[in-house]
Amino acid sequence: MKYDLVCGLETHVELSSKSKIFCGCTTEFGGEPNTHCCPVCLGHPGTLPVLNREVVNLAVMAGLALNCKIQNFSKMDRKNYSYPDLPKAYQISQFDMPLCKDGFLTLSSGKRIRIERIHIEEDAGKLVHTEKGILIDCNRAGVPLIEIVTKPDISSIDEAKEYVTKLQQIMRYIGVSDCKMQEGSMRCDVNISVKPHGESVPGIRTEIKNMNSVSNMAKAMEYEYKRQCALIEKGEKVTQETLRFNDAEGTTSSMRSKEDADDYRFFPEPDLVNIVLTDAEINGIRANLPELPQSRVKRYTEELGLSTEEALHLTKYRNISDYFERALKGTQSAKLLANFIIGQIFATFKTEGEKEAFSPLTTPSQLCDLVKLLEDKKINKNLAKITLDKMLKSGNPCTEYLSDEDMSVVEESTLRAFCREAAEENTKAAQDYRNGKEKALMAILGTVMKKSKGKADGEKALEIIKEILG
Amino acid sequence: MGKILTLNKMLRNREISAEELAKAYISAIEKDNAKLGAYVNITEETALSSAKAVDRLLAGGERISPLAGIPMTLKDNISTKGIETTCCSKILSGYVPLYDATAWEKLSALGAVLLGKTNMDEFAMGSSCESSCFFPAKNPHDLECTPGGSSGGGAAAVSGNLAVYALGSDTGGSVRQPASLCGIVGLKPTYGAVSRYGLIAYASSLDQIGVLASSAEDASLVFDAIAGSDKMDSTTNPSYCANTFSELNKDIKGRKIGVPKEFLKGVSKDVEKAFFQAVKTFESLGARVEFFDMPALKFCLPVYYILACAEASSNLGRYDGIRYGHKAELYESVHEMVCKTRSEGFGDEVKRRILLGTYVLSKGYRDSYYKKAQNLRSAIISEFDEAFSRFDVILTPTSPTTAWKLGKTSTDPVENYQADICTTAVNIAGLPGVSIPCGFDKSGLPVGMQIIGNRFEEGKILCFANRFEEITNFKKEVKLGVKL
Repeated sequence: MKYDLVCGLETHVELSSKSKIFCGCTTEFGGEPNTHCCPVCLGHPGTLPVLNREVVNLAVMAGLALNCKIQNFSKMDRKNYSYPDLPKAYQISQFDMPLCKDGFLTLSSGKRIRIERIHIEEDAGKLVHTEKGILIDCNRAGVPLIEIVTKPDISSIDEAKEYVTKLQQIMRYIGVSDCKMQEGSMRCDVNISVKPHGESVPGIRTEIKNMNSVSNMAKAMEYEYKRQCALIEKGEKVTQETLRFNDAEGTTSSMRSKEDADDYRFFPEPDLVNIVLTDAEINGIRANLPELPQSRVKRYTEELGLSTEEALHLTKYRNISDYFERALKGTQSAKLLANFIIGQIFATFKTEGEKEAFSPLTTPSQLCDLVKLLEDKKINKNLAKITLDKMLKSGNPCTEYLSDEDMSVVEESTLRAFCREAAEENTKAAQDYRNGKEKALMAILGTVMKKSKGKADGEKALEIIKEILG
Repeated sequence: MGKILTLNKMLRNREISAEELAKAYISAIEKDNAKLGAYVNITEETALSSAKAVDRLLAGGERISPLAGIPMTLKDNISTKGIETTCCSKILSGYVPLYDATAWEKLSALGAVLLGKTNMDEFAMGSSCESSCFFPAKNPHDLECTPGGSSGGGAAAVSGNLAVYALGSDTGGSVRQPASLCGIVGLKPTYGAVSRYGLIAYASSLDQIGVLASSAEDASLVFDAIAGSDKMDSTTNPSYCANTFSELNKDIKGRKIGVPKEFLKGVSKDVEKAFFQAVKTFESLGARVEFFDMPALKFCLPVYYILACAEASSNLGRYDGIRYGHKAELYESVHEMVCKTRSEGFGDEVKRRILLGTYVLSKGYRDSYYKKAQNLRSAIISEFDEAFSRFDVILTPTSPTTAWKLGKTSTDPVENYQADICTTAVNIAGLPGVSIPCGFDKSGLPVGMQIIGNRFEEGKILCFANRFEEITNFKKEVKLGVKL
């Protein structure tokens, strides 16, 4: 029998605010253990949390980017559980009145993955297992997080992968998080169940905790899908439980069953006042939201005439797209710009990280100047390419490498003369062309280029040569 | 003139130096604290260095605050940087805060002289000071009796002349009830009037730092100094600026006093007699008194104990022996260490309330206990709102009885909880209330009454208290402590 996969994701994203959610400590990653702490984030007796407004703003940005309804009124709650890395023995989170509700993320197929809610909360510290025993590092305690919860709308591993990748891209675009899964600034819990194809009643689900990479998530889902299908095939029932993914074996194993599920004893956080956001405040944040990747792709293809592939390349990371936008300010030739960026400039980066950072020595306006020369036919593509190579190595403007003569236009009468001379000097090629060998023209064109010191407009020259030989 | 202004005048006139004053109190504490059990920690060095600083200011001809050089105490749940703060619980033994509570920081900046930390029921849970992990405090009016609680140590210190005033905390009556039992003034401010930053939490939505003093005037001076918004406590009112001192002498003629009948049920004969006498006194001052019904008040005790315990169970979860305070010695796992630490560190009453609170928040019970209590809390608040649309203040007895013999505190917790019947409503509704002396029982123990005001009307209730004090004399000097 064929089984459908039903999956919902809960994604924790660490927000990029400068200070922690309830105190002034830095959120910087790493640092000597327990140096980014104060009595408040260490939960010392008598201390009180004070909500960092920047965190609320970032979470609202995330909500808006995911098409959520931002709540004018929400509150913080205490989630009580005892664990050595949780200094207060409760996490301040949001229970029944989250900041954002009812959004969606659109996959490339056009399918919408509905977002049920986004809420803000604090991160815990971490345990460090050493030979001397278990140590606690509270640097991360109180770092702000948002938890993004989808409806069970994901029906394949590929959709899950695309959802996470898109989510990552959007969060980075709007600058609310760097979403580095390996550093833990983005983590995923997968809720997964299977049901016979066509069946409407959902199966019993399991939750796989803390996926720290897209590929692990895919592996875990694959394993869990097969495991659940096999159970049902055998006539057994799936147990509702929380699982961990064992990286090395590629398997899942039980952390706790539903019966031992924690009772978090939620109640409203009495130390904080409710979060009130006026429509004016929400609209203010909306107005400052950068254009999202999907909207840029649409604009690049529909208005600038780029191919979808080009548009996707340019919008993969915000920095690339911003670079392109800045260069575009001085020229109409979007296509030329895009080609240089995707081709020649990309080629200078070795890693994905460098592509994401996208900071070539050549500035957008320098690139724009070069493209304008090309646009005005003052130089040809070949010269432009050579020049850009030099520019990318030095950071100098194109004028550094192009003489006045280089940038002077080859007059049509001169070009005509060059073509005539070239045709006469390449009698064999001329004959071959007349016999139907189109390629033979290239030899003649080469001579024209030599004569014009590489400045001739190739297309124009070919036209003239054909006319002469024709 | 109250004690603070009298001493302030003496200091300014150089009749006594702040250092001499501090030393007088310290030697009185050395002499009498063993009898009273008011202090659990005496901070002589801190006191003398603050006193000397005030003397230097005076010598330089500088103007000083009325609170400068005045010897005072803090309840042992108010954080003091560098000074052990234990909530009178074994679990916090050895805990030395890294920071000062905002209220103490403000007083300290004005030149207050801290004599020490005072005794209390463990984590402020109790009304007799007997659940302190150290020793019970005693009532200066009868050393065999309780001073009340939980701020019993502070009340005993002020009443026994071992401090001019004290800061306590009041979650369900813990400032007003001991004030009543010790014959002094106890002010519980509006929720959000005084920063809670540094007050070690019992029940966060009910806790408030309050003042124990020997007169309404003294309470007013101290309150004005500690009140105000605090960026470290987002539940403080950002726009409140306290100036109760300017209201103390206003006329109360024609003002309306409401007396809810529900608060008179179960009150002892002596208390009732003194209370009705006080009502007459107010009438003689021109106030109009009306008895009325507040039906929701009958829910106060269950609402209070459900909400307070729920919050306490969460607030006290952090005491696990990992970071500070008591830690069990022998254990084989983290889980065992935490269990042992908590079993050894908490006393019975604290354990009882943690269990109760955990229960009422648990899945399947939250709706029938916690949520119901929250709804009733709203109902109680609306009844008070309605009452304050008709009355300036509400008058009630503070405690249904006068001080009882130590050791006679009931072993039945529910019976003990009844003692909070008149005071918890004020915390539930976040209102200000002040207890002032209004008579004595047959054996000469003080009786107190409570004046409740609308939110942020501390000025009004202190004015009523001051007016009452001016024409009555229910101050009885005890043969203890500093004689001025």
